[in-house]
Amino acid sequence: MGKIASSRTKSSNGIMDWFNARLPVTQFYKDHLSEYYAPKNFNFWYFFGSLALLVLVNQIVTGIWLTMHYKPDAAQAFGMVEYIMRDVPWGWLIRYLHTTGASAFFVVIYLHMFRGLLYGSYKKPRELIWVFGMIIYLALMAEAFMGYVLPWGNMSYWGAKVITQLFAAVPWVGDSLVEWVRGDYLISDATLNRFFALHVIALPLVIVVLVVLHIAALHTVGSNNPEGIDIKKHKDENGVPKDGIPFHPYYTVKDIFGVGMFLLIFLFIVFVKPDMGGLFLEHDNYVPADPSSTPDHIKPVWYFTPFYAMLRAVPSMQIGALIMALAIVVLFFLPWLDRSPVKSIRYRRWPYKLMLSLFALAFVVLGWLGMQAGSELQKLTAQILTGFYFFYFVWLFFYSRNETYHEVPERIEK
Amino acid sequence: MTDNVNKSRRNLLIGTSAVGAIGAGFAAVPFIKSWLPSERAKAAGSPVKADYSKIEPGQMLNVLWRGQPVFLVNRTEKQTAVLDSLEDRLKDPNDSASIQPDYIDNKYRARKENLLVVIGICTHLGCSPKYYPDLEPQSFDSEWQGGFYCPCHNSRFDISGRVYKGSPASRNLDIPPYTFLDENIIEIGTDGGAA
Repeated sequence: MGKIASSRTKSSNGIMDWFNARLPVTQFYKDHLSEYYAPKNFNFWYFFGSLALLVLVNQIVTGIWLTMHYKPDAAQAFGMVEYIMRDVPWGWLIRYLHTTGASAFFVVIYLHMFRGLLYGSYKKPRELIWVFGMIIYLALMAEAFMGYVLPWGNMSYWGAKVITQLFAAVPWVGDSLVEWVRGDYLISDATLNRFFALHVIALPLVIVVLVVLHIAALHTVGSNNPEGIDIKKHKDENGVPKDGIPFHPYYTVKDIFGVGMFLLIFLFIVFVKPDMGGLFLEHDNYVPADPSSTPDHIKPVWYFTPFYAMLRAVPSMQIGALIMALAIVVLFFLPWLDRSPVKSIRYRRWPYKLMLSLFALAFVVLGWLGMQAGSELQKLTAQILTGFYFFYFVWLFFYSRNETYHEVPERIEK
Repeated sequence: MTDNVNKSRRNLLIGTSAVGAIGAGFAAVPFIKSWLPSERAKAAGSPVKADYSKIEPGQMLNVLWRGQPVFLVNRTEKQTAVLDSLEDRLKDPNDSASIQPDYIDNKYRARKENLLVVIGICTHLGCSPKYYPDLEPQSFDSEWQGGFYCPCHNSRFDISGRVYKGSPASRNLDIPPYTFLDENIIEIGTDGGAA
């Protein structure tokens, strides 16, 4: 009896030992969850990282299911989407989860990025986290654009045409480059097929790897917080930051609450207003692709419209494309453009608060302008706001050099 | 460390890495080139024929060539009479940047004065402009003299496909190679050896 009992207790400890000797499972769990010490003062804005992860999982799972019923064939694609919506059991739900998920992804990512701007999360030593995040954002835009082409509606077709045409702005090789991207002299079956391949396997792989790097870099330097205080300066005798709490269970529980709130809104949209009045699913895309008929008003989905407004604001297509590219490139350099030693907006003075608010407002208004038909007044507004978008970074570079700020406390108070 | 560098081993390392990189470069070629238009796509890009004799004066026929709309407009004299007067309002009245065959002139931009043959794709971002034949004020231009208007980003072109100043498009509408096979039939996509 005694022998059996002892072997039993041995085996219950033994399984983890067996694994840990071969793969550091327990250590990994400790490093990233139970003994990953995050600052104790995370607020509302810190929900969006874990929510982005949730939406990514949603996109991958629903995406896999969609590929089971879809054919990337110019003659069949539009019909396959109708088939998924009408004939496939629960197909409508899986597709609406995917389409709403795409917009939700950008909502969450934009808020996540804005959190970074508010609390200076891109600053030393977190520059690499920001850069990885920016690459994820770029990959996500490519992923979303190609996914939008797959239903092969008329807006898919003409959107693909307009976006691939941007490659013509590249000097000398532009026109050949457009042909190379399209695989034909026009947007065709070849284009649809390769976009499918990129959308379902190439870019998702890239995005997943980048997310792993983004989190690995984060867990190397530790999380920032709304106060922008470095919690690693004050540790207890065990080397644990005094203002830190273990991610699990404290923040897992908090994030589960966030997930609950998020799903409440997300599923309400999925069930009640999946097209969001033409914002998430555009009306012109309920018409099959037609190469000889342009929709009266071509516009991208809402999450691209700020950049689209910049493109349209410039009379020359080449310069417009360049401005649009620069608007994204400049964000990569933010950690080096903002030279202030203070991270959080809470300890920066009114000029920064005012300018960041105006910058965010300009971005939102540009997004609205990108959806409009474009009157002269709107064009002028877009030009002014595009100018301001770039001016913000120039201003920040010089202002932050000798910026005055409030003293940052040593410890997190509350 | 640096004192103990084994130079021959390091050279071997650099040499093999360089050869490996060149090999990887060559190996990438088939993957990059497989994105080019396939033989089938190239074959589908062959010339198309259309009967132009059936187009009524002032009317437009839309023909697909290489999947692109080609506009055939049988212009009236009233429509072409204004061409000279528009030059001040155009970006490039003399076609210095136009993509068109050599045998196309600057004003009518056609092999037959009345018949405009033009690729119906805006040179801005590739939308298809709409045909507004009438010489009357439009919401987008109070002095409209007939031509093409792109609803995407408000590019305007005259009845010869020349772009107006103030349009986001910078180039006149492209003109494909074409030839007349007889009194009725036009072939788009070949010069008929006339180039």
